[in-house]
Amino acid sequence: MKNQLEKIGKDAAEMINSVTSKAELDQARVRFLGKKGELTAVLKMMGKLSAEERPIMGQMANEIRNHIEKTIADAEIKIKEAEMKIKLEKETIDVTMPGKPHKIGHQHPLSIVLDEVKDIFLGMGFDIASGPEVEWDYYNFEALNMAPDHPARDTQDTFYITEKMLLRTQTSPVQIRVMEKQKPPIRIISPGRVYRSDAVDATHSPLFHQIEGLVVDKNITMGDLKGTLEMFAKKLYGDETKIRLRPHHFPFTEPSCEIDVSCFRCGGKGCPMCKGEGFIEILGGGMVHPKVLETCGIDPEEYSGFAFGLGLERLVMFKFNIDDMRLLYENDVRFLEQF
Amino acid sequence: MNLSKKWLADYVSLNVTDKEFADGMTLSGSKVEGFEAEGSELKNIVVGRIESLERHPDSDHLWVCQVNVGEEENIQIVTGAQNLTVGDYVPVAKHKSVVHGGQKIEKGKLRGVLSNGMLCSVAELGLTVNDFPYAIEDGIFILGEDCDKTPGKDIHEAIGLDDVVTEFEITSNRSDCMCVTGLAREAAATFGSELVIKDPEVKTVGDDVNNYLSVRIENPEKCYRYCGAVVKNVKIEPSPRWLRERLRASGVRPINNIVDITNYVMLEYGQPMHAFDLRYLGGNQVIVRNAKNGEKITTLDGVERQLNENMLVIADANAPVAVAGIMGGEFSGIMDDTTTIVFESACFNGVGVRRTSKALGLRSESSIRYEKELSPEGCLHNIKRALELINILGAGEVVDGIVDCYENKAKKSTVKFDPDWINNFIGINLSADEQKKILEKIEFTVDGDTVTAPYFRNDIEHKADVAEEIARFYGFHNIENRPLSGVANAKLTDYQQFMKKMDFACRASGLDEISTFSFISPKGYDKILLPENSELRKSVVISNPLGEDTSVMRTTPMISMLEVLAKNFKNRNESAALYELATQYVSNGTEELPDENLKICIGMYSNEYDFFVIKGIVEEILGAAGIDDYDIVAETENCSMHPGRTAKLSKNGATFALFGEVHPQVSKNFGISQRVYFAELDMKKLFDMSDKNRQYKPLPKFPAMVRDLAFVCKKSIPVLFLEKAIAKAIGPTLEEITLFDVYTGEQIAQGMKSVAFNIKLRSADRTLTDEEADSSVKKAIEELKKLGVELRS
Repeated sequence: MKNQLEKIGKDAAEMINSVTSKAELDQARVRFLGKKGELTAVLKMMGKLSAEERPIMGQMANEIRNHIEKTIADAEIKIKEAEMKIKLEKETIDVTMPGKPHKIGHQHPLSIVLDEVKDIFLGMGFDIASGPEVEWDYYNFEALNMAPDHPARDTQDTFYITEKMLLRTQTSPVQIRVMEKQKPPIRIISPGRVYRSDAVDATHSPLFHQIEGLVVDKNITMGDLKGTLEMFAKKLYGDETKIRLRPHHFPFTEPSCEIDVSCFRCGGKGCPMCKGEGFIEILGGGMVHPKVLETCGIDPEEYSGFAFGLGLERLVMFKFNIDDMRLLYENDVRFLEQF
Repeated sequence: MNLSKKWLADYVSLNVTDKEFADGMTLSGSKVEGFEAEGSELKNIVVGRIESLERHPDSDHLWVCQVNVGEEENIQIVTGAQNLTVGDYVPVAKHKSVVHGGQKIEKGKLRGVLSNGMLCSVAELGLTVNDFPYAIEDGIFILGEDCDKTPGKDIHEAIGLDDVVTEFEITSNRSDCMCVTGLAREAAATFGSELVIKDPEVKTVGDDVNNYLSVRIENPEKCYRYCGAVVKNVKIEPSPRWLRERLRASGVRPINNIVDITNYVMLEYGQPMHAFDLRYLGGNQVIVRNAKNGEKITTLDGVERQLNENMLVIADANAPVAVAGIMGGEFSGIMDDTTTIVFESACFNGVGVRRTSKALGLRSESSIRYEKELSPEGCLHNIKRALELINILGAGEVVDGIVDCYENKAKKSTVKFDPDWINNFIGINLSADEQKKILEKIEFTVDGDTVTAPYFRNDIEHKADVAEEIARFYGFHNIENRPLSGVANAKLTDYQQFMKKMDFACRASGLDEISTFSFISPKGYDKILLPENSELRKSVVISNPLGEDTSVMRTTPMISMLEVLAKNFKNRNESAALYELATQYVSNGTEELPDENLKICIGMYSNEYDFFVIKGIVEEILGAAGIDDYDIVAETENCSMHPGRTAKLSKNGATFALFGEVHPQVSKNFGISQRVYFAELDMKKLFDMSDKNRQYKPLPKFPAMVRDLAFVCKKSIPVLFLEKAIAKAIGPTLEEITLFDVYTGEQIAQGMKSVAFNIKLRSADRTLTDEEADSSVKKAIEELKKLGVELRS
């Protein structure tokens, strides 16, 4: 009997090692472990053994059964792995073929850059304020220290609705509206559409977008204006960016300045983008004119502030190297879908 | 403002390069747009002497010249000019030279004869006959006595085309910088040099100005001061070269000595001047008065102008002879036979000049200076300068005395001197003395705690204005940068967050964002078939539009959207699916600002789109907004939309969205020969309706029962009607009802349709039994039966 059992063990190992499919493995299982299998047949003869031999043979038979079962289980894993491998090979596709479209819309380049600017200023603690585009002359000019007949009005060719109502030429009227309602500290930006009577060409448009900022608090100095705008420029164009202030004139700020940033293409060495200057003009600003604060009911002896403004189209054109502003308003999908 | 370097050197001596000058001036507040050496494009052009002239052997109009250009041998040049004689000195563009316009000159053969260059006309040097009045237009420029006639001499030096011109952008508050001396003052302060301006010295010939001229100012509000002087025995001729050169460098055309003197003084001191021919001053009178309504004047430019009583004129005893501060009359000017002239050096109110100039549509070098408000203080000095120039040029005899009408003296502008406030305002730390020194450099006087601005500065009204003067000479770049201190506590408002969410939802739905103009052509309303009496035609109208195309503010974003779709269609883009967060402007008359409403506007075309595609997008957007409870009905009345394929959404009777197929006639009007889909959702209303306090619902614990049901009903019955009836019949165990088929055709009677739903039932607290599900379905069938809808067998 011992020989028989050993033979079964040996036969089973041989057969199972040579199977290549699930079916063959099942056959092996039936042959050795099935109800009518070889091992069962041997076990049926256990009764004929002596009391001493029976437990020894019994143990041996169990060991062989366990061994066969384990061998079958291992073989099964191998077969499954092999079958999976074949299946996967059959399923191989050409991954270089185009994807099936699942369209997500594209954001307009003006919005992309506006969002970026808003995020920077939100992070610096500026709320976002808005106001009407069809505005009173008072908010657009008078309250900003530009009385009727002020020569600076000539530099902003204005669309009028009536003598007193106009399309705002700047988003500064929002600053006035905020200052009328809110006591300092004030920290806002006001992005939006503005209108000037300029015929459409590659660099002009009767409608464009401005982003203006205003800070009013105690002890605000021109150093704050510089520090804030430098931080903005660094966040927008990178830590190496420098700013340069040039004195200028705006009726609602005093002192006023134009602000250049070092060219982000060449880093200030001079290139076609900055026309060899190393700097690009992107901002205007200054200390809020004390008369403007006073007009809004804020005491200029107690508070001071700074304001600044930038043109969104200019930023967008620089960022994406767009040479014709008209593209932004033509909205050809072949243009839009590049962003 | 173009500044001549040679002229500037009369008043201030600087030891800087042109680039350093430009940068320094820009940083102290006089913005330089650029600078250029005159005639910088001209290369290798020298003075030559014509040594011989011979006819070209093969031509009846060409000449062969031997020209001495200061080299060992003469060079041969062939020319077609007919104004040369031997001994003339001319500009010679030698082999490998460049003339005006960038044209390169090289040696070559003209009809077989070698020519080693070209002889130049004034135009080929970039000049006109105004610069050299003795030159002719269509011939070679024969150098006159005012040129250096050394053969071989570089042409720039020889004819004085060697100035450097710097272009400044002068801001509107600095009228004092619109002249050479004003910029010289800034330059002196910027570079620490001394400014030298001398008082003019005038030699007169006796006589008395009052024998020739009387002046009366009738409107002293608008004319602060009027100085008049008389020059007799005037000899009208061209100005000398040095004067012409300076005018040219400043961008002003030389005309004759008298006119040139008036322009010279204007450029030098910023004082607009005029010279009248005394013969045409009726009654020898100058009367500064308001024009009479209906009065007319023909100005120097030959245009007849209609005047009114708001305009100030210079009149003689009879009629206006000049529009004050803007332009002289036709007969007021200097002619070749003028013998006695009256110089005017006056000061007019800036607003008055500005208004008149606007009303007449007439601007001049004079008006652009006056309208920025000049000071009357300089008038007398400046008329003396003009008379001094008469002496220098020998242009006539100056009569004794100057008529000076100046009643209301200009007040000096004083501001409190507050060094501490200035330090705090700018963020610097300068002592009072240091601040005072800066101010004195630009001729401000500081006396105790008072600063007085010099008369020519009209922009100093507040201590902030003084702070600016300190800051710009301290240097903006020297102010220490300081990042803002304090807590950054900004946040998007709920509405701003919501708009952002809607913006994302649109793009997630596959729509590309567009940006369009807010103004449109009123013809757009015709194109979208708005009735004549439509409220939407009541636009906010721009009174001075650029053109009809952009003349009214849109009352609907639809027109801009259709224009963009049309452009894409025309550009042969197969499909477009677009959105814009667009403002529409609803007029409230002239006494109130219009309402500005933000709309989510969607427009699309493609062969693959239909009504249900845009409906699906609208539903997804509403889903993102957290809006699920609203009414939808067919909209048949909107003239711009397809009457059978348009729906509107409302809640509590208030419409908040419209979508569907654009009326085919409208699409055609925009040139789109394809079905177009459009939707418009009101942002504010969506925000108000949106679920701002969304709460979690537990996930279902028990399985759902599902039943499919098909009904047959009249075609006209909306699916929504059936769905509502089913929902009502089943009650709260109905979880979801989904339409999966609508069928008409064989097996269904004419005029009827089969509608199939998938119905999902679930209870939150137990597993529903088959019997319960069947009973629910039965209730639904019975309910529909009451409404005449049969179960499809």
